[in-house]
Amino acid sequence: MKKFVSAGVAALLCCTAGVAQAGVKIGMITTLSGGGSTLGIDVRDGFELALKQAGASDVELLVEDDARKPDVAKKLADKFIQKDKVDILTGIIWSNLAMAVVPAATRKGTLYISPNAGPSALAGKACHENYFNVAWQNDNLHEAMGSHATKAGYKKTFILAPNYPAGTDALKGFKRMYKGELAGELFTKLGQDDYAAEIAQIRASGADSVFFFLPGGMGISFMKQYAQSGVEVPVMGPAFSFSQDILPAIGEAALGVANSSQWGKDIESEVNARFVEGFKEAYGRLPSLYASQGYDAANLILSAMKKADVSDKDAFRAALKKADFASVRGDFKFGNNNHPIQDIYVREVVKEEGQVTNKIIGVAIKDHQDVYASNCRMN
Amino acid sequence: MTAALIFEQILNGLQFGLTLFLMAAGLTLVFGVMGLINLAHGSLYMVGAFCCAWITQQTGSFWLGLGGGVLGAAAAGALIEMLVIRRLYDRDHLDQVLATFALILIFSEGTRMVFGSMPLYLNIPEALSGTVALPGVEAYPIYRLFIILAALAVAVLLYLLISKTRLGMRIRAGESDREMIAALGVDIKTLYTIVFALGAAIAGLSGTLVGALRSVQVGMGEPVLILAFVVIVIGGIGSIKGALIGSILIGLVDTLGRIFLPIILKVFMENASANSIGAALSSMLIYLMMAGILAVKPKGLFNAAN
Repeated sequence: MKKFVSAGVAALLCCTAGVAQAGVKIGMITTLSGGGSTLGIDVRDGFELALKQAGASDVELLVEDDARKPDVAKKLADKFIQKDKVDILTGIIWSNLAMAVVPAATRKGTLYISPNAGPSALAGKACHENYFNVAWQNDNLHEAMGSHATKAGYKKTFILAPNYPAGTDALKGFKRMYKGELAGELFTKLGQDDYAAEIAQIRASGADSVFFFLPGGMGISFMKQYAQSGVEVPVMGPAFSFSQDILPAIGEAALGVANSSQWGKDIESEVNARFVEGFKEAYGRLPSLYASQGYDAANLILSAMKKADVSDKDAFRAALKKADFASVRGDFKFGNNNHPIQDIYVREVVKEEGQVTNKIIGVAIKDHQDVYASNCRMN
Repeated sequence: MTAALIFEQILNGLQFGLTLFLMAAGLTLVFGVMGLINLAHGSLYMVGAFCCAWITQQTGSFWLGLGGGVLGAAAAGALIEMLVIRRLYDRDHLDQVLATFALILIFSEGTRMVFGSMPLYLNIPEALSGTVALPGVEAYPIYRLFIILAALAVAVLLYLLISKTRLGMRIRAGESDREMIAALGVDIKTLYTIVFALGAAIAGLSGTLVGALRSVQVGMGEPVLILAFVVIVIGGIGSIKGALIGSILIGLVDTLGRIFLPIILKVFMENASANSIGAALSSMLIYLMMAGILAVKPKGLFNAAN
């Protein structure tokens, strides 16, 4: 276990804060080993960077690895709540793990701040006053790409995703905002890494664009094979297949691809510059959107700590809900269901200083809120 | 749905099957000769891909990387044979499975410690990029044709090695009677190390060839390993010929199934449910086929023991 108690300017914090603090204990459950560990590592590193930069000496952060297993995540949550008596849980990357942990934890009165997973259930009927999502609802980035495809004038888009809940939700999200026709719709196998057959279907369909959601290694395989196939139709997708943790593995095959994200490293603001520079300096690599989400999650908690004591649950919740912090993505506020209302950008994959990375080229949707908010009884 | 598209998909199925053959050949060879179930075969595939990616990054030459990947996997294979596998030949299959499963974990974490958890960059060489027109297919990736040819070449070389050379004769003798060949003065220890390293080298070759098309990352070997086991069970455990036929069968059924099943189902039902039912059915298809074949031929299509 890694114990992180950041040393720093406690005096400064107390004087600007004005509220006496007993200190906050945070339990982070995230994926640090096995497939998908780059996401968890980035969330953790972003989170720790924010604490370090703030000099938050009254925050105790406990980090544990869930190895992407729901049962492990559940056990860790129980340990954090019962043994360590944490005030706040955070860190889970995957929706199935979040569903195993969040409902029980929030019911017991523990606060949960999600830096990534945003399953529709937790945004709709099962929303909870102790649950805050500081990243996005799962459908958001796909909806943004659907809106982008409509604006870009695509009339025949071919869409594909793996055959599992997040995959079917992705295609549903895209279709919700896409006004053109579909040239074809395919569900691939989860974990599939050869896409020759699918690419042949895309070529034969006469599509004018391709939308895909293939997270992790699946996306790397698809893009490499697509670039080799001689199919010239433009490709687009959510940021998950073009984030900074996997772009180096795809290389130049990804150049020119449009992808949607709530954050980009080139958003011009003081806090974003501080984040990007600080991250590069501390870890020697470019931050991904996951790192930005970890960073924002920490800053959200720090902002609430300035307003209220964590032992006063109602006041602390109200302080969280105000979201009175400078998000690296720009404007940010919570909707009635404690999920973000935010702009979602379109980025393009470019080569800068010898590195393959993303550049923002426009806004896909402004002040976007998820569709499940109306099913949530909170206000 | 044109005939050209169907032809192209058959070609894709063939290519997918032949990449599986490269994995299955080593697996079935090791089982046939030593009677060993080697779960760590997928790790050797990963070692090949990582060696290739690293050497290609350092030297800028894919071909050096390819050679390095094959040699690296063979060396890793020889090493684990001498350190671990050698102690398992006389044990039962459960011990073998446990020990080689431990090797998977050691290889995965070891690779992560050396290379980190980010996927590595490995692209196909300039000379093999691009597409070529085939009869009926307007553009087929050259690299995929190269994989088909390379796998067929490996199949032919393996056939020649086993049926025409002295080493092959010993391998066949070892398969049919282990004690007798030892009694005849053949150094069975070295023979086993050579066979294991040969299997590892073919897995490494498969890892390097396929790694350039897919993602080079920790854990890349396990999904392929599962399919390779299906192949050797269908083909008959221990039979190289069975592995070749089995892998082509799997490649064709899997590829054609996942493309054409949803299309066929659309004749009977509405689009959305045809898509999801088609996708679900096609991912079961190869296992259904395996069950069907085992019901008729419980020891696989070409059982080496017969």
